[in-house]
Amino acid sequence: MLANLNLRAAIISITFLIVTLGLWQLATAPEALIGAGELSEYELLMGGASQPSGIPAPSQVFSHAVDELSRPFYDAGPNDKGIGLQLAYSVGRVMAGFGLAVLVAIPLGFVIGMSPVLNKAFNPYIQVLKPISPLAWMPLALFIIKDSNTSAIFVIFICSIWPMLINTAFGVAAVRNDWLNVARTLELSKLRTAFTVILPAAAPTILTGMRISVGIAWLVIVAAEMLVGGTGIGYYVWNEWNNLDLASVIFAILMIGIVGMLLDGMLVQASRFVRYQD
Amino acid sequence: MTAHFLQIENLARRFPQPGSKEPTTVFEGVNFSIEKGEFVCIIGHSGCGKSTILNVLAGLDHPSDGNVIMDGKVIEGPSRDQGVIFQNHSLLPWLSTLHNVTFAVRARWPNWSRAKIREHSVNYLEMVGLGEVLNRKPAQLSGGMRQRVGIARAFAIEPKLLLMDEPFGALDALTRGVIQEELLKIWARTHQTVFMITHDVDESVLLADRVLLMTNGPNARVAESVIVDIPRPRERATLHEQPGYYPVRNHLVEFLVRRAKTLASAARDTDPRHTPRTVNPVKPDTFPPRPALVRSG
Repeated sequence: MLANLNLRAAIISITFLIVTLGLWQLATAPEALIGAGELSEYELLMGGASQPSGIPAPSQVFSHAVDELSRPFYDAGPNDKGIGLQLAYSVGRVMAGFGLAVLVAIPLGFVIGMSPVLNKAFNPYIQVLKPISPLAWMPLALFIIKDSNTSAIFVIFICSIWPMLINTAFGVAAVRNDWLNVARTLELSKLRTAFTVILPAAAPTILTGMRISVGIAWLVIVAAEMLVGGTGIGYYVWNEWNNLDLASVIFAILMIGIVGMLLDGMLVQASRFVRYQD
Repeated sequence: MTAHFLQIENLARRFPQPGSKEPTTVFEGVNFSIEKGEFVCIIGHSGCGKSTILNVLAGLDHPSDGNVIMDGKVIEGPSRDQGVIFQNHSLLPWLSTLHNVTFAVRARWPNWSRAKIREHSVNYLEMVGLGEVLNRKPAQLSGGMRQRVGIARAFAIEPKLLLMDEPFGALDALTRGVIQEELLKIWARTHQTVFMITHDVDESVLLADRVLLMTNGPNARVAESVIVDIPRPRERATLHEQPGYYPVRNHLVEFLVRRAKTLASAARDTDPRHTPRTVNPVKPDTFPPRPALVRSG
């Protein structure tokens, strides 16, 4: 039954892919293939020269992808680097900003979750700061930090901190009283209670916060790199747009999706280790 | 002044009432004592404050009035001297059966070696018949097995006083019977001092040396201390054949059905200390009833 289910899903999935790619290929085919019509007025004015900069066909994107992926780490100057290298820059920034956010958000979330007073005291700030688009911080960050790379990391930091902070505080505050009472009757110290009871109890909630954060961070890094320029997958997309190389842009879009999926998948794997069944 | 192991003196607990300046008194003037190695059950209708008394004994709640003195010291907070078995097992779901117990044993004796902690824990888990499932997580155990892990954990830390809050309330009747017998066995081996809340009259007759009966709340108090004069070892299968069984059982049922309610309003003014009357239904003449209570009851 399960195999059957998987098989049916796979058939639908592959059919969908083939149909989509087929329609895309047809829609972008050179007009000669569809049947050469009269040139439109615009095309006459342009001398019929607009074809090369049109949307590329999937076959073109595919051959471009094969070409790029065969040499992912080449570096031929500031505007010509391999896709692997660009992605590595972006992932590196995300990891740096996200890692800093973990170091701040989890201990702070712990304290806020354990203390109803601090929870009430900090809540207004969290509520105000949380909905700010991370890119709105960019000018301020650039002015204060004066370094575009560090500013990008700061923007990642500021956007990934909130979901982790809120989830950690929530997870810690929601630890069952029974479990805390067990710790109390065993006279565990505050620190040991935090590490042996509260942390494992709240870990699944914290991991969920981390998943949300890393997802947002990966969304934001593309936009941030378009602003700060230089390196990274966001810069690469913007650069290829300026080159009107849409095959590269589409290829980069796909790679962004795949890397985002892998980042999420890593945290899903991590959450398996801390998950418990109640 | 007193030689009792556990002495509860004039205990009261009041909760603030929303919309009123007068707090609700759940219970007041609760006085009783427990001897070392004694198994004492407390029975009363819902809302009479049994669980609150237990939480106070555990140090998890504070009384509005009165004291609890254990082994010459006032109980002021939770400690390893008071082990608690809660109604809903309260095992840590991310730890295996064995680690749930070693976790507590390590906290009790931090200087023990790893091997000793393990051996001690396994020993207690085997006493409740769980030697085969040491590595399972609580979610993979049945409700009865989980409660047994809780029992093993509580006995393993060898507290001075073991508190049980309706430990079998969530179990089906058949499982409950099996675990009651296991509890009897482990208690016979350890002679732990136990204070247990129950709603089950038969359970209290099977397990307890003495049953405390509470009147209905609010303003509940401990009215009687009923001696269960049935020889040990007791067995569930033959308990009802004991000559003492029906007198004790009938006395308890009669109290809960009739007098818990009538006594709740009466007799409050006659005896300010509300010392519970000691009763032995098997030998009714041993403790003649006091005049004050005869008049009101």
